[in-house]
Amino acid sequence: MDIKSINKNSRFFSTIKKDFPIFLNQPELVYLDSTATALKPKTVVDKLREYYEEYSANVFRGVYKISEKATEEYEDTRKIIGEFINAKKSEEIIFTRGSTESLNLVAYSMGRKIINQGDEIVTSIMEHHSNFVPWQVLAGENGGTFKVVDITDGGHLDIGLENIKYKNSKFKNLEQIITKKTKILTLTYISNVLGTINPIKEIIRLAKSINPKLIVVIDAAQAVPHLKIDVKNLGCDFLVFSSHKMLGPTGVGVLWGKYELLDEMFPFNFGGEMIQEVYIDKTIFKKPPHKFEAGTPHIAGVIALKEAVKYLEKIGIEKIRDYEIFLSGSLARWLEDEFKTKIKILGPDYGGYPEDRAGIISFTFGKYHPHDIAQILDGEQIAVRAGHHCAMPLHNRLGINASVRASFYIYNTIEDVSKLVKGLKKVEIILR
Amino acid sequence: MNIYSELILDHYQNPRNFGSIKNPSKKSVIYNPSCGDRIELDIVLKQNKIKDVKFRGQGCAISQASASILTDYVLNKAKEELKKLDKDFMIKLLGIELGPNRITCALLPLEALHKLI
Repeated sequence: MDIKSINKNSRFFSTIKKDFPIFLNQPELVYLDSTATALKPKTVVDKLREYYEEYSANVFRGVYKISEKATEEYEDTRKIIGEFINAKKSEEIIFTRGSTESLNLVAYSMGRKIINQGDEIVTSIMEHHSNFVPWQVLAGENGGTFKVVDITDGGHLDIGLENIKYKNSKFKNLEQIITKKTKILTLTYISNVLGTINPIKEIIRLAKSINPKLIVVIDAAQAVPHLKIDVKNLGCDFLVFSSHKMLGPTGVGVLWGKYELLDEMFPFNFGGEMIQEVYIDKTIFKKPPHKFEAGTPHIAGVIALKEAVKYLEKIGIEKIRDYEIFLSGSLARWLEDEFKTKIKILGPDYGGYPEDRAGIISFTFGKYHPHDIAQILDGEQIAVRAGHHCAMPLHNRLGINASVRASFYIYNTIEDVSKLVKGLKKVEIILR
Repeated sequence: MNIYSELILDHYQNPRNFGSIKNPSKKSVIYNPSCGDRIELDIVLKQNKIKDVKFRGQGCAISQASASILTDYVLNKAKEELKKLDKDFMIKLLGIELGPNRITCALLPLEALHKLI
């Protein structure tokens, strides 16, 4: 982007804080932990209140008016989410408690059925624990092989990506990883630590050309709030994300899956609203999505999620993405200017291809422990994450115990970047 | 309240009793996997009293300062007396207020000590 449009964009985004009520209560807050959870705009909070105050009945049960209203609002979100990610039909959208539950659902309801002795599950070292542990346990229980793709020193998946991405050659190494025995490939779209944006579409295309029967699961928890997602275009079989990272309420997640696959899958939970008929000797389940939504769901959360989608669409995902590149790129350059080699940014080099990076900057700072850094920054009203960010295998691979992570979203400004740099200077002064 | 008090920073930057003992009566290692803090503790016991103590480790300022301050305290103290030390004692000894996340760091050295006595 040129300077003129960057300035125009910055002016627009500097007015956004007013839409987020938390800043009325925490005016000094510099919130740099949107990768953990995003703040909520007033429209989302209002919608939660609307449900509880105006039609807080259960869904799919009552014939009375407010239950019908609640059901309509609930199903409307399903439709809006389906359109948002370009699903074939809204019945492919299943509401869960979060990305974690969505992944566990796929591992349980599909994985257990198809993984047998000697079958392979392929994932990567950059996964969040929620897209690592369910598959590791599944492979262990069913006698499958758990294969973990490494990363390069440059922070990309080690499948020859640097070659294909920049020189348009082939992913040589992927052919050594995906075999006819590989039943499931499960990958994150964006690393929640490295910020790497994986070229998912190309990976899926090549993986499926090696093994057409391969099931591909994409963890898009970090991607949906920041990138335009089109599930038809990506070519995956399942894709999961969380409401709370995209400005929506906590406690709601989405599982998108191809309808034919969902239809064949075994239910995850049994109980109310997922059955067609129950007899003493047998039960007939409903069709998807209801087959996977046993019990009373987080009705208010699902209903309010659509307000988050509307809010994001009003701004435009591409505009958000440009602004995040601007903020995170500014921070990367600023850190290098101020701290030289004392601060080491994890993941792909910022000098190279900033478009391959999300607005996530994890780093280590000299000998200072991330907890101390985060604590001192907290004293300056700056919220960053410190620890292994639910990615222990990745931190082990990088040879570190923990890192500090600053992540950006629409309500952040260049002043926030400046305050973080100042805060880090204070860390140096205090800890010496 | 600032948890990086003069006392904490002094012990973090100039840790007391840092190192190892050649022939310790007992030694322990304790590790907090969530943040990678690690404390190793060596002690020499004579007539049920701690006659020498050394620690080494890595981690945040709180865990390292806490180890330095605690090792200073336990020298020449009887085993029975040290067994009684608890969370409240450590908070008082360190003189800072810690939230639920950081208290684990502060208590790590005490945990290492309790493994030995």
